[in-house]
Amino acid sequence: MSVATHKLIKGATGDWEMVIGMEIHAQVTSKSKLFSGASTEFGGEPNTHVSLVDAAMPGMLPVINEECVRQAVRTGLGLNARINLRSVFDRKNYFYPDLPQGYQISQYKSPIVGEGEVLVELEGGRSVTVGVERLHLEQDPGKMLHDRSPSLSFIDFNRCGVALMEIVSKPDIRDAEQAKAYVTKLRSILRYLGTCDGDMEKGNLRADVNVSVRRPGGPLGTRCEIKNMNSIAFMGQAIEYEARRQIEIIEDGGAIEQETRRFDPNKGETQSMRSKEEAHDYRYFPDPDLLPLEFGQDFVDGLKAALPELPDQKKARFIAAFGLSPYDASVLVAERESAEFYETVLAKLADRARDGKMAANWVINELFGRLNKEGRDITGSPVTASQLAAIVDLIGEGTISGKIAKDLFEIVWQEGGDPRALVEARGMKQVTDLSAIEKVVDDIIAANPDKAAQVRDKPQALGWFVGQVMKSSGGKANPQVVNDLLKSKLGI
Amino acid sequence: MTDLTSLTLAEARKGLAQKSFTSLELTDAHLSAIEAARVLNAFVLETPEQARAMARAADGKIASGEGGPLAGIPLGIKDLFATRGVRTTACSKILGNFVPTYESTVTSQLWRDGAVMLGKLNNDEFAMGSSNETSCFGPVGNPWRREGSNATLVPGGSSGGSASAVAALLCMGATATDTGGSIRQPAAFTATVGIKPTYGRCSRWGIVAFASSLDQAGPIARSVRDAAMLLRSMAGHDPKDTTSVDIAVPDYEAAIGRSVKGMKIGIPREYRLDGMPAEIEKLWSEGAAWLEAAGAELVEVSLPHTKYALPAYYIVAPAEASSNLARYDGVRYGLREQGRNIIEMYENTRAEGFGAEVKRRVMIGTYVLSAGYYDAYYLRAQKVRTLIKKDFEDCFAKGVNAILTPATPSAAFGIGEKGGADPVEMYLNDIFTVTVNMAGLPGIAVPAGKDAQGLPLGLQLIGRPFDEETLFSLGEVIEEAAGRFTPVRWW
Repeated sequence: MSVATHKLIKGATGDWEMVIGMEIHAQVTSKSKLFSGASTEFGGEPNTHVSLVDAAMPGMLPVINEECVRQAVRTGLGLNARINLRSVFDRKNYFYPDLPQGYQISQYKSPIVGEGEVLVELEGGRSVTVGVERLHLEQDPGKMLHDRSPSLSFIDFNRCGVALMEIVSKPDIRDAEQAKAYVTKLRSILRYLGTCDGDMEKGNLRADVNVSVRRPGGPLGTRCEIKNMNSIAFMGQAIEYEARRQIEIIEDGGAIEQETRRFDPNKGETQSMRSKEEAHDYRYFPDPDLLPLEFGQDFVDGLKAALPELPDQKKARFIAAFGLSPYDASVLVAERESAEFYETVLAKLADRARDGKMAANWVINELFGRLNKEGRDITGSPVTASQLAAIVDLIGEGTISGKIAKDLFEIVWQEGGDPRALVEARGMKQVTDLSAIEKVVDDIIAANPDKAAQVRDKPQALGWFVGQVMKSSGGKANPQVVNDLLKSKLGI
Repeated sequence: MTDLTSLTLAEARKGLAQKSFTSLELTDAHLSAIEAARVLNAFVLETPEQARAMARAADGKIASGEGGPLAGIPLGIKDLFATRGVRTTACSKILGNFVPTYESTVTSQLWRDGAVMLGKLNNDEFAMGSSNETSCFGPVGNPWRREGSNATLVPGGSSGGSASAVAALLCMGATATDTGGSIRQPAAFTATVGIKPTYGRCSRWGIVAFASSLDQAGPIARSVRDAAMLLRSMAGHDPKDTTSVDIAVPDYEAAIGRSVKGMKIGIPREYRLDGMPAEIEKLWSEGAAWLEAAGAELVEVSLPHTKYALPAYYIVAPAEASSNLARYDGVRYGLREQGRNIIEMYENTRAEGFGAEVKRRVMIGTYVLSAGYYDAYYLRAQKVRTLIKKDFEDCFAKGVNAILTPATPSAAFGIGEKGGADPVEMYLNDIFTVTVNMAGLPGIAVPAGKDAQGLPLGLQLIGRPFDEETLFSLGEVIEEAAGRFTPVRWW
């Protein structure tokens, strides 16, 4: 692991360094809400997934959804974090129409998950470890609808009470690239764990980004919080803009006011939402309707034992077992679906140890390349893992050459079908019959006596002969056989 | 046939079983009594049609031998309990004409066991008060008056409607709730029996919340036995309330008449207040003597943090209330007073919807939870609470079975007599009862005598966690010795 070097910003008075911390809100994957039995399904008619508890009717009481607790613990384990066997739900009190209780049930002083860390890989093989301060469970509020009437606002409580995990990072992030990579990695881990679908467009994963600037290594500056970023690309822009804004203010002799800001993607700038003075006094206190959340170490151990393999472990295994390059392994594990596709290919290979690395190349170069070109993702791939494995098998066992395999891949992509049967039916098999190849070799040597003479002094010119033989065999001659034959015939 | 309203619940159960009368007759007798007693303002909503329908259904079940433990027994329900299809307001304007689509767990268990609902009973607004004077429906009259006086007295609070209705023979029993004494103090003021069970014994689901960590439902009844019968139906674990406890509910009635011989009764020295009326002092000694005569052993005990209980209570309860009442914002149900923007709508709605005492407590609660004050008030009060709890634990660890105290520092007082200038004057009513809520223990108030003006006085017994049975056994000893007290009808 190499230590990351991060980007500094050149100001008028010298270099500046960003200090970034993040609060990620990740919607917990669960059938029902954190404290009620109402469905969490997305996209229902407004107010069709609302229980009496969600609507905060008089006398209603919250009951913790154990699945959400399991998901939070799983996530904590996936972040290599300390799991707190006792945690407490608190009320965060504020008035807003989308918050029926007049308070959000959250965890303030005693979160369910404590400190952990995330290994974040950057370009060029660099990496950085970002500390996780804590993870806690809390309720999502409802949604205000302002576009239904000119004079009234409506509220949809379907989302109200859905479980969120708030994952708070330490201020370990130093530039926009790291910030983006951190969110990408965290999202990947959550998706591997199945604890959050990571759908940022639906707002199921969103980040509040705290940005401050300082002289490299110097004392911390005053931070501003950019709220509700639900696009990784915009997050990068917002951070860059915000850091430059702060530097300008400081270099002009001003001071940064601690405040909450929002990012306007159209203008590409951050704008003030509210200052520190306008900040709420949330009057946190332990929710007396809920007992402290307690479970035993055995509960944690059980979840740990059933945890799926996570991207870091998977990457290490791919490197160790199949000799993949760290870069290729990273590409494969970045998305859960890609890794699953590759694993399925591996499972179908006739000789995994021999062809595992080749399979990775095929997945990354041919398949991903083609998918990217057509703007499709792995789940919509016309070539299945079985088909790709069959193609790799055919190469590995010497039935077809790599060049023919590319043609075969194209046929399978366009028309589908069983690759092995296609090779048979269309005569794409590599020729390994010595006598047939020998005749071609003899003919070519005979036709090019001067080149044959040259090659005895310059063995690297052998390639020309190989090319000629392959060409006249329509690419079907086994290159290894051709190579061996030429060497013996030419006496090198 | 004697007046059916004068029967105890136990007697009525027998009469119904023997077909001496029907539930419909029993229910009609009470409905007539309610109509004749409207001056007491005990009921804020009468539900005669529903009552008769439930009575007829109960009669059918009794006839076919399927009647539950409370089959055909007409009850009053404190307006803090959500009743499906029946207006539930917590006696606050802010709930307006709120009609729940759901039934509280406690009342649904009563209906399951065959009880009949006569209507909804008055209480202090959101159960905040000790005199039932803060209700948006106006004060409740106590059926008891001072000898030679026509002045209407308060029935205590917050369950003033429940206590008044039971004492005036308007219902055979009533549901009530107790956050700092709201069952026991009105019971003591009206010569009825009221028990606040252990915190977690009854489900809070469907009961309008005041202070969640202190609120507990219980019955007010005409006798100790009646209270035992009612509590058995009301109590029980409810998965919808995670603070309710999964412990089997015993047959409380079986504890009535059980020997108290050899039981150790603690007499806490800290409950002997300076300037306590001699009558209260005398009553307390009498009660102790009755228990001793029944074979119990009296021991002086110390509960050293008692004096901090009331101030700590008036931090914890308002803190929780300020948050619990945030949902009454005019957005989804109840009263809405329009404004030019959302903040103004909140302000107008809450200013118009809440009464003065509720506003006071919401403000106190907001203050003690706010940044910079939390540690000094809320956190400190919670520490005091832990110490109060430990006082009791230490006492029970020494073998004490129950603690005997006065229920209230005085008898009932006149409407408008207390708390006008200084709310603390009213808060002092709960001086003997709040400790029990702070510690989550069961406490029962039993009528024990009268003061010089002929007003009833009660004694309180405090028990070990989930040992309501001992309280019923001891309570019945006091009841037997003191006799029953019935007000002279003036309404």
